[in-house]
Amino acid sequence: MASASGFRRIWAHPRARRLLVAALGVSLLALLAGFIAPYDPRTQDREAVKMPPHRLRFRDAEGRFHLRPFFHPWRIVDRARWRYEEDRSRRYELVFFVRGEPAPLFLGVRTSWHLFGVRSAPSARRAGVFNREDRERPLRFYLLGADPLGRDVFSRLVHGARPALLIAALSLAGAFLIGFALGGLAGYYGGIGDAALMRIAELVESVPILFLLLAWRAALPLQLSVEVSLFTLVALFVLVSWAAVARITRGCVLSLKTQDFVLSALALGAGPGWILRRHLLPNALTPALIQATVMLPSFLLGEAALSFLGLGVPEPEPSWGNMLTAARDLSVLYAHPWLLAPGFAIWGLVLLFTELGEAVRAASDPRDSHSAPLM
Amino acid sequence: MWVLVLRRSIQAIGLLIALSFVTFLALALTPGDPLAQMEGRLSLSPEVREAWRRQWGWDQPVLVRYGRWLAQVARGHLGYSIAYQMPVSEVIGARLGATLLLTVAASVIAWGVGLPLGIVAALRAHTWIDRLHAVLMTVALTTPRFFLALVALLLAMVTGWFPLGGLHSPGIETAPAVPRILDVIHHLVLPALVLSVHPLAVISTHLRGALVEALQADFVRTARAKGLPPWVLLWRHALRPALAPVIVLLGYSIGSLLSGSAVVETVLAWPGLGQLAVEAALARDPDVLMAAVLASGAALMFGNVTADVLLMLNDPRARIEG
Repeated sequence: MASASGFRRIWAHPRARRLLVAALGVSLLALLAGFIAPYDPRTQDREAVKMPPHRLRFRDAEGRFHLRPFFHPWRIVDRARWRYEEDRSRRYELVFFVRGEPAPLFLGVRTSWHLFGVRSAPSARRAGVFNREDRERPLRFYLLGADPLGRDVFSRLVHGARPALLIAALSLAGAFLIGFALGGLAGYYGGIGDAALMRIAELVESVPILFLLLAWRAALPLQLSVEVSLFTLVALFVLVSWAAVARITRGCVLSLKTQDFVLSALALGAGPGWILRRHLLPNALTPALIQATVMLPSFLLGEAALSFLGLGVPEPEPSWGNMLTAARDLSVLYAHPWLLAPGFAIWGLVLLFTELGEAVRAASDPRDSHSAPLM
Repeated sequence: MWVLVLRRSIQAIGLLIALSFVTFLALALTPGDPLAQMEGRLSLSPEVREAWRRQWGWDQPVLVRYGRWLAQVARGHLGYSIAYQMPVSEVIGARLGATLLLTVAASVIAWGVGLPLGIVAALRAHTWIDRLHAVLMTVALTTPRFFLALVALLLAMVTGWFPLGGLHSPGIETAPAVPRILDVIHHLVLPALVLSVHPLAVISTHLRGALVEALQADFVRTARAKGLPPWVLLWRHALRPALAPVIVLLGYSIGSLLSGSAVVETVLAWPGLGQLAVEAALARDPDVLMAAVLASGAALMFGNVTADVLLMLNDPRARIEG
């Protein structure tokens, strides 16, 4: 099979392999978001509104080194402007693999185990100095601070990877399937259908995509459920991106159609279904897949931009785009810059997928060996 | 050659009409009519509603409405904004000017910086300069625009070097021309820089790739063998063929600048067309959205046709083909 050899070729390319493993790793992290995030991304902590990230320390006030990182909790000093200062009298330390809030993992599986959590420091435990409030409402650890509603930014960040990856993957699959099928049929049969399809593809490719997305998203009710809005985004992305895959597939099929091995199959009495399935589409598979992979970053960016503008994933469900909406407020942005964290996450993932697309393309191009350039 | 340009222009207008039809259809499929948007602010009796629906023609089938819309646009009327309660042309007029200003400024920066960077990287191919260029351009290409805009906003707040949004300072309208223009430029710098980053990287990497290839071509080697100085080699022989793919990008970059500006304008409070389109999408103001889609589509088509013309001017072969 052509696809198997295509995959082997990509796997043999060291850079493509590394990036593919990294992408799978990120997907695994997103899948296990319920375990990696310490808290529910929707839980609001009214005592932690806009709380800065807790500062992890290894050295205490006396200069002693602790292998286990600890932090001092924040104490509110100004409720009007949400200013905090460190409460040096209390100390909490980080523990890994702890039991905490139960959280849904995937497919109905729930976990109450989390990658990390906090407990009060041993000195306090030995002395039996427990704050009463600690027992009633355990202190929450904000690795990346809290947002204006007192939700844990880190938990939201981890969970926000899910809509991003899900939308990107579904859009990729949709654009590939539709583009591959339509492009293959158009290339093989030609005629009026082919001409019409190519005009439509041209239209789709030449439109200002963001404006069109805005217009079409505006045509739907403003408030949508999470599932519906995810599906809407995927449908919009597929609608504007199948054309590129179709054009490439069609080009491949067109050039293959007149080659000797196809003509001989035809002469042996093979039907169009057989020729398409057996000879044309397998050879067009790799270029079409690469084209679809190259579009991955634009799906991520599209989801983030639309969610940022309030037209994508709806609150309170976390998405990197709608998390950044909070940072649009000038005063919030200035005083609470940790709210920009999702921007770095988007950037990192886009970078990863861009490099992946490039590496996959380089790996499948027989002319582009990964040996040193000639000059 | 001009026949070709004419044919491309007619094609572009056809595409534009198709685009407007598709968008109109999508907006018309909205459950409820634009009147539902006004319900929140006005309480209307059923009789008034019916009268309004008849007056605006919302009781007609979609195709009839589209025909009317098209006829009205052909006569130069873009419709009526529900959110602003004034004709769309008045809403759009000033916004279009601001967006064009921003787009042109960003293009000038992108080309003015991107071309030299690409040339330098190509001339120093496979050295640390080239590698640094590649890394920087990858970073520029992958940074989301709205994130960059947020960081720019933070920078402006922390340093105080740039004004925070707007087209000009309040009250500057009565000032003499020179300080007024300087004030607009001061407001323009940050959004234009943010908007130029992405096209700059595209232009620079493409020019570098094409130029590296051109510098290895036989005709350049021949020219070098003749003993021509390096700058003649670059300017007269290598650069011209290398420019072709970059010129094709020009059309793309004009169109994408306009739609890419939507997010940048929203974040940096630049009162342009993109910001208007986002507002219109949230306020569900169909006529304004139609006009915005039409304007950005027109910009894209204009960019494509311009790219065709430039390509023909640059390459004699393109004048015959097609």
